[in-house]
Parts: sequence; structure tokens; C-alpha cells
Amino acid sequence: MSQLNVKTKSRLSSRIQDIQPSGIRRFFDLASSMDNIISLGVGEPDFITPWNIREASISSMERGFTAYSANAGVLELRQEISKYMYERFDVDYDPETEVLVTVGASEAIDIGCRAILDPGDEVIIVEPGFVSYSPLVSMAGGVPVSVGTRIEDDFKVSAEQIRAAITEKTKALMISFPNNPTGAVMLREDLQEIAVLAEEHDLIVFSDEIYAELSYDNQHVSFAALDGMKERTILISGFSKAFAMTGWRLGFVMAPPDLLAAMLKLHQYSLMCAPTMAQYGALEALKSGMEDVERMTQSYKQRRGFFVESFAEMGLACHMPGGAFYAFPSIKATGLTSEEFAEKLLYEEHVAVVPGDIFGAGGEGHIRCSYATSMENLQEATKRMNRFVSKYL
Amino acid sequence: MTEKELEILRIIEEDARIDLNTLAKMTSINEEEIKAILKKLEKMKVILNYSAVVDWSKVPQTERVTAMIDVKVTPKRGVGFDEVAERIYRFSEVQALYLMSGAYDLQVVIEGKTMQEIARFVSEKLSSIDSVISTTTHFQLKKYKHDGIVFEEGEEDRRIVVTP
Repeated sequence: MSQLNVKTKSRLSSRIQDIQPSGIRRFFDLASSMDNIISLGVGEPDFITPWNIREASISSMERGFTAYSANAGVLELRQEISKYMYERFDVDYDPETEVLVTVGASEAIDIGCRAILDPGDEVIIVEPGFVSYSPLVSMAGGVPVSVGTRIEDDFKVSAEQIRAAITEKTKALMISFPNNPTGAVMLREDLQEIAVLAEEHDLIVFSDEIYAELSYDNQHVSFAALDGMKERTILISGFSKAFAMTGWRLGFVMAPPDLLAAMLKLHQYSLMCAPTMAQYGALEALKSGMEDVERMTQSYKQRRGFFVESFAEMGLACHMPGGAFYAFPSIKATGLTSEEFAEKLLYEEHVAVVPGDIFGAGGEGHIRCSYATSMENLQEATKRMNRFVSKYL
Repeated sequence: MTEKELEILRIIEEDARIDLNTLAKMTSINEEEIKAILKKLEKMKVILNYSAVVDWSKVPQTERVTAMIDVKVTPKRGVGFDEVAERIYRFSEVQALYLMSGAYDLQVVIEGKTMQEIARFVSEKLSSIDSVISTTTHFQLKKYKHDGIVFEEGEEDRRIVVTP
């Protein structure tokens, strides 16, 4: 066996070596090592997938639907997705050429980046944001450029902030509202000014709208529904959050035919198709799952009310998140960093939250607390946090 | 019924013991207003009672037998089924009574300590009512779910503790 080059050349690509493992991972390891913790660190619904959806998937297997589906996904599912998105969010996509069923929304982000980026192309990422955006841009050869939002602006992003980050190399913009981790939402007029900017600079806009159904105060506005934006939008969503289907790994992406065809090529070579039995579950979700979505959304809204008020009582500033199931309070008043706060809270009170800095620019000084857990857990967790915070205020 | 009233009803139907302060935070309605709404709904008999769901099968020496009895009756001119229904639901053994469509008229849910006790109720009290034509008694063998609540161990949280 040759020993040549062992020391000088790594067997890993430099691209992958430059990417850091997610900070979530470290926290997961810490939290998993302890017993009896209340976790507010989970980025997924506490509901189990409604039974009719599970049952439909089981039934599809019983009937033998176990083969590959079309690369883009079962046509009937794409048709239902198209209809659902039209009825709910006023966007019009052709199920045959503009809809692709993916393995989670994450795959959609991945193939979207790989479909449009050449080496060195810049993508402006609005942060705090989902932990995958920046690494996925890098892995596709692009250069992530962060723009941080602030609690003073309710974590909305303005056109000026984005404009300041635009260079000749800027190819795309990545936004996600309702936002993970801030829960921020953007109203039509907020999005409108971004649309003008996108037009002006000919940007492609990734709009990750996975939390769209979980909008509590205003009807969600899709970026692709704005005048002229469909042509430049890669609209990403999925079943995980609204239908409590995280483990099914089923998302979808909608885009103009040229972009979609490019993504389909990537999807076809790396994944072939999304799991067929999961697709049949999703079909049932769209056909008769909306009542469950409403029930779950109502429940999140009530927990949000309880949770956000509890932060005010603790003396922590927290904006009212308009969507998703996260509160993102500021912990600056305690004098601790996000990491310190989360770590001490875990050790001293056995409550797991996620340090805000993990989510990129603007996240330091905050913690992400998910209220996708029972009221009972929320009550106990806020009691413990209150005790903890009072030591520092 | 207003949106606020509906929301409060839905929450307390799930958890009647919820405290006012929590309820106020959840709904963004102040405590005084909630109190007033509850009082009003109680007065209207929309809220009838605040009770606990108890699984008596887990409590030693309190075993109970539940039966559902299908009852056919002759309705009376002028009062229909209501009069005979009243005669039946006045018995304290009767837990529930429904007027049904279909093969029989009234469904009586009855609870007793033993099967004999229920048998005695059916033969001595129920069948002897004038308008009752026939009865069919079904004994419950096991309670899986009652009032929307699953009686077996709940489904545990299988999520991993921290995820993105």
C-alpha cells in the first residue's frame, strides 16, 4: 500500500473541509447527555402526523405502490400541490413543468443552488436563518453573503439592507418568512420593495415558505405571488411543518420551467424520485388534512400568546413572532452570550434552548425557543427560565 | 357566539383546570373579560360542568360495569319521546341517554357495580315502563377511548432533543 501523500494531501475535498459542522450538533450532544430535560430546542411539530395521512401511506404499501414514481413525483400529487398552492397562496404553477417533489425542502434548496450557481457567484442570505442555507450555497460553489436582521425591525429585512450587500457577483437572494428562528413575517408591502430590488438587479430569489401555513395574524403572502416575481422565484415548501410530517422527508419546489428542468436533472441523477409511500401520504394530507392544519395552527397560536408574555414577565425583550413556532427573545440584559446562556440554562435548570448565534448574523444575543411542545412543558419551562434569568437581572 | 367565546370553550373543553392567567395569555383576552365570558356561558348552560375523566379500571375495588341498552318505545301523542326519556334519565344509574335514528329509539348508557345490578335495572325498572317495547343490552368489555381521550398509554414524544 502506498504511503505517498498521506500527510500532505487530505482524502477530503477542500470544499467540504471548509464547511463547519452545524452548531446545532454540539448542542444536541450536550442536551442528549442529560436526563429529564424540557426541550425547547426542537425544530419540528410536537404533533404526530394525523392518522388519516399515516393510514393512506400504509394503504399505498398494502396496494403495492412500492415502485419508483415519476422523477418529478407522482403526477396526481403534483396536481394537488399546484391546486393547493393556488387556492391558499395565489400562485399558479403548471404541475407538469413547474412542480418538483423533493426529499424535504432541504433538497430543494440544495438543487436550487446547484442549478443556478457558478463558482464565485454570490448569494445574499437573510439571517438569522435556517442553518443549511449558507453551507448549501458553499457546497454548490457559491459564496454566501449574510445580511442580518434586528429585533428593532421585528427581524424583517429591508430593501436598503439587501442593496448594501449587492455586488456585481450577486446572483441570488435567499429569504424565508415566516422565519426560523425568529418567527418574523413579511407583509405584502415589505416584500414589495424587495421585489423591486430583485427586478432592478436581476436576482433570482429563493423563497423558503415552509412555515407559510403557520401564520397567526395575517394571511401569508408568497413572494412568487407578487407582480412579475414568479419568473425569478424558486419557491420552496413542504409537508413537514404544516402537516407534522418531518420524518417523511417530503418537500416540493416550484419554479419557471427552465429552472425547474435544471433542478429535475440534479434530482433525477442523485435521488431518482422522492419515496413513493411518502408521496401517497402527502396526497392524503392535501386532500383532507386542512382541518388538522387549522387545529394545530390554532394550538400554536395559543401557546405563542402564553410564551411571549412569559418572556415579558421575565424581563426579556421579545418581539411578537407572526409565524412559525419559535420565539427569539433577546438575552442581552443578562450580560451572557447566547452560548453561555443556553449552556448554563441547560445545566442549571435542565431546559434546552438553541443559542441564536448558530443561525448566523444578528443571532448573537438571542436564543431560539420552540413552542412546539405541550402547554404543560411550556409552563414548567418558563417557570424554570424565570428563576434562571432572575439571577442575572 | 363570538370568536373569543368559541376559543375559550375549545381550550377549557381540553383542560378545564387551566388557570385564568394562562388562559389570558393564550388568548390575549384579559382575566376580567374571561371571567365574565365563563359566567355567561355557565348561565346559558353552554358550560354544564367542569369534570375529570377518570379511568376507574385502574383503581382497585372500584370496578364498574357499563352497558349500552338499545330501547324501542312507543312515542306518546303530543310529547313524543320526551316523556319516556325523562322517566328513564331520572334514574341515577343512567349515565347518558340519547334519542337515536335507526333500528331503535333510545340509547341508554348505564353504569353499575355488577352485571346483576344492571340486569336488575333492565328487568325491573326499564322494561316495566309502559311505553318500552323491547330492550337489547350490550356490556362494554374494554374502554379504548372516551370523550376523545385514549385510555391506554399515550404516544410518547419521539423527537430528538435539539434539531434545526
